[in-house]
Amino acid sequence: MAVTIEDVKYIANLSHLKFDEKELESFTHQFNEILTFFEKLNELNTDNVVPLSHPVENVNVFREDVLVSSVEREEALKNSPDRNDNYFKVPKVINK
Amino acid sequence: MLQYKNHFQKLELLRANKLSLKKNVQDFLTSIAKSKNLNAFNFVFEDCLDNAEIIQKKIITGEAGKLAGMVIAIKDVLSIKDKPLTCSSKILGNFNSIYTATAVQKLINQDAIIIGKTNCDEFAMGSSNENSAFGPVLNPHDNSKVPGGSSGGSAVSVAAKLCDAALGTDTGGSIRQPAAFCGVFGLKPTYGKVSRFGLTAYGSSFDTIGPFSNSVEDTALILEVISGKDEKDSTSAESEKINYSNSLTTDKKFKIGIPKEFFGAGLNQEINVAIHNILNKLKSEGHEIIDVSLPLSEYSIPTYYILATAEASSNLARYDGAHFGFRSKDTPNLKELYTNSRTEGFGKEVKRRIMLGTYVLSAGYYDAYYNKAQKVRRLLKESYDKVFKNVEIILTPTTPTTAFNLGEKSNDPLEMYLTDIYTTSANLVGIPGMNIPVGFDNKKMPIGMQLMANQFNEIAILQLGKVISEL
Repeated sequence: MAVTIEDVKYIANLSHLKFDEKELESFTHQFNEILTFFEKLNELNTDNVVPLSHPVENVNVFREDVLVSSVEREEALKNSPDRNDNYFKVPKVINK
Repeated sequence: MLQYKNHFQKLELLRANKLSLKKNVQDFLTSIAKSKNLNAFNFVFEDCLDNAEIIQKKIITGEAGKLAGMVIAIKDVLSIKDKPLTCSSKILGNFNSIYTATAVQKLINQDAIIIGKTNCDEFAMGSSNENSAFGPVLNPHDNSKVPGGSSGGSAVSVAAKLCDAALGTDTGGSIRQPAAFCGVFGLKPTYGKVSRFGLTAYGSSFDTIGPFSNSVEDTALILEVISGKDEKDSTSAESEKINYSNSLTTDKKFKIGIPKEFFGAGLNQEINVAIHNILNKLKSEGHEIIDVSLPLSEYSIPTYYILATAEASSNLARYDGAHFGFRSKDTPNLKELYTNSRTEGFGKEVKRRIMLGTYVLSAGYYDAYYNKAQKVRRLLKESYDKVFKNVEIILTPTTPTTAFNLGEKSNDPLEMYLTDIYTTSANLVGIPGMNIPVGFDNKKMPIGMQLMANQFNEIAILQLGKVISEL
């Protein structure tokens, strides 16, 4: 099934990424090539196979529910691109 | 030229005062400065010289740890408190870690000296180290060739003797392939053997941390130090504690499986010959060489790239320009802040993988790609389980060719993905694999051979690796 430039635009929007027309065209071409290659898996019959999500299959890993301190506020804010006092600062999201 | 072949010899020299650790570290710093053109390091820690004096004193008074004075470089995807962590990406250009990765902390606890952070493919995505915001790394054996990736800087730092050893990470071959291209030892441990706490996530069900070094002894010693269960990583595993470095010598005769699918048409003849020479020698030493079959091998690359890109697209959603990292100047509203920061901050290959991963996870395609690939992953695992019932080791080439030219494959992503043909299976199945340098081709480029064993059987790989390195 061929991927169109519209599909690529849709995926870009989901991914929060922007591309110019030239990049979109090149992505569409590469996507089709790579997805065709992915479809090689259809040669295999996988009926009744349970999907494997982790190579070392653990059940649940529990720990005691004890209170420990994690990252201090100042440390957490150290790498922020913009801050206001003790808060991360971002552009206004609600228009008046 | 170094006066020692491995860390045990170095420690002896240090204890006998025949080697000054400060001078040793200074020599490495000088070599790094002289080899700047290789572009192996993103950051060099000049202040590690101060540590050298402290550790030398500890060695003399007998209080020093196992790795005392071992000079180690760290791939720039692992956190070290108060040091930069960029993942070779513009999006983390100004980021400083606020804690230290468990694997790195364990090295420091044993008195290793951390000399700097190495260049790599952006977020560990790549097979040539050409996808880095710091520019490509060059192969020390021929500067027109790639060093392999994604841990290219770590492999080069060890191959060019800019440090004693390095840590890298391996999600689809990123330790073993550059180790092969640069002619050094590189071990990808079992999934979960080494805590991933402090490692920047790429493909969480594949990511592993492991050592690069110039000897089996140092590889074993570092593995012994960094492995173990960690409360901070629920996927880290409780495994038998083995003193790897003291268990290397054995009279054991190994049953070694040779999967024919790894020796097909795509394999370079010189690599094939070099490996068969080793096999003949192993046979004459009494090891048993057995033909085995891993018929699903040709499906490993599509399976890997579906699952790894899916995990990557989810893991890299955290880079949004809001809380940390690069923020675009063009931020009229929150959505644009996210989109523009990501668009300006990520490189091409990272964007491609986020897009592919988002596609295979999106409504309507999830079953056709992601779910299908997870099923094939189980079939692959079962096929390896079956082979490991008959043999202890699987021996293969690490790469289909020796190092290729810079720029040769960078415009064709699919061709680049295919270079991982012999390495991705170990990540899909969660088993350990090690590259062993076994000679050079006619252009004097290193040839690598891979040993794989069942989950948590690193000791077999290291023991046979020692046998091979002494053939």
